[in-house]
Amino acid sequence: MPRQTPLYSAHKALGANLTDFHGFLLPLEYTTISEEHLAVRNKAGIFDLSHMGEIEVSGGDALGFIQRIITNDAQGLPDGKVLYTPICNERGGIVDDVILYRFSAERLMLVVNSANIQKVFEWLIENQTQDVAVNDLSNEYGMIAVQGPLSAPIVEKALGRDAASLKHFHFVSKKEGTACTVISRTGYTGEDGFEIYTPTSQCVSMWDRLMKAGKQAGLLPAGLGARDTLRLEAGLLLYGNDIDDSTTPLEAGIDWTVKFHKEDFIGKAVLLAQKASGVQRKLIGLELVERGIPRAEHHIFVDSNMVGKVTSGTHSPFFKKGIAMGYVEERYSKVGTPLCVDIRGKELGARVVKMPFYRLKTDRGFSTL
Amino acid sequence: MDFPTDISYTETHEWVRTSGSGKAVVGLTAYAQQQLRDVVFIELPKVGKKFRAKDPCAVVESVKAAFDIYVPVSGEIIEVNTELEDRPELVNEDPYGKGWIFKINMSNPNELKALLSAETYKKLCEKGKH
Repeated sequence: MPRQTPLYSAHKALGANLTDFHGFLLPLEYTTISEEHLAVRNKAGIFDLSHMGEIEVSGGDALGFIQRIITNDAQGLPDGKVLYTPICNERGGIVDDVILYRFSAERLMLVVNSANIQKVFEWLIENQTQDVAVNDLSNEYGMIAVQGPLSAPIVEKALGRDAASLKHFHFVSKKEGTACTVISRTGYTGEDGFEIYTPTSQCVSMWDRLMKAGKQAGLLPAGLGARDTLRLEAGLLLYGNDIDDSTTPLEAGIDWTVKFHKEDFIGKAVLLAQKASGVQRKLIGLELVERGIPRAEHHIFVDSNMVGKVTSGTHSPFFKKGIAMGYVEERYSKVGTPLCVDIRGKELGARVVKMPFYRLKTDRGFSTL
Repeated sequence: MDFPTDISYTETHEWVRTSGSGKAVVGLTAYAQQQLRDVVFIELPKVGKKFRAKDPCAVVESVKAAFDIYVPVSGEIIEVNTELEDRPELVNEDPYGKGWIFKINMSNPNELKALLSAETYKKLCEKGKH
């Protein structure tokens, strides 16, 4: 039986179509994916992300330990800032891609994908050093995201000025009694937005507060369906589809998250060698030039030769056409390269395009930067 | 939910309207389009192509998934609703009218007897809900 999140009753009352997502019963959609998607692009949407995992790393060597675990660099990261980073295995494959919250050099939090909570926890324990404590807080915290150009005024109304005036990729934590709520200006939609971690006992009141604050602005509850199409348009990777234990950050095109200047980290040797020799395959963004919808596992062809596979694909509600990510042989990864996608036996024309498909204009959304 | 009684249904959620001339119009039921939600693409069958009953012949896609359409009765495709190429949402808006998918010239109209009545199909849909 899939687990219910603290917001299960709220979703039922809103008429959500619930689905089993990695063991959690979550809304796939409330109305339609397109409507919820466009609400986030034009106004604001609210998501229950309570399935996400939170793992706390603390102790005198917490930062030193994290620096060995992640490929990105948290050494110079100020307290109160957030960092996106892969965690790699010795082969350079991605164990998970996570969001790292630095409270201090002695206390950090990793937000991990729900399907990987146990795997990441065990990976941390396996590599644990002295003077480091690893705690899985996933069952104690729920997570709610508010995303979209109107998310700042909504969050200001619900949670106050200090939260709403956060800069991009910064966070604040608020203590109410023993409970701690963390609010960051982050997201997975390509829009301005906030992610809020709150004790499970307070999820319902937090959800209600945000829903009420956003009512006039047109805030809509949005499900996992819209979350997936939004992140795909924004060129953000989905673990299990676009990256996994066998793909490296260099192949996935997130080279900027691998900091070779660091003294050492797990996977460094392999990644360094791969950087020197060049990658064999590369993650690309593609758009169909014919009508059709590319989906995961569809094969990609050039001149009747299979050169790769789609890892994520959809009908883009914003651009109203088929878009996808996938791996192809490196020599076919240049922007503009014509390709074909085999959809149910038909080879449909496509071309490599620059990612992200959707990029936020600077004159909206991140105006507080 | 709408279950018109002047048409027949299949377990795979197609509807069939016959005109008595050996021809039938086929579409996707209101129940199915509601389950699929936002229909954004339809792969239509080719006019002139012959199918046997229960062969897959078209695909209706929502943002989240692709859904096969099966031929309810054997025959030859004589017309397809090309308006759906530009307006696939007609399947959502008017499933029993403007959202029709194809017309078929039946080779064995006896097969119509195997289709479901509105009442039977309605029961089937209700059972499918939780």
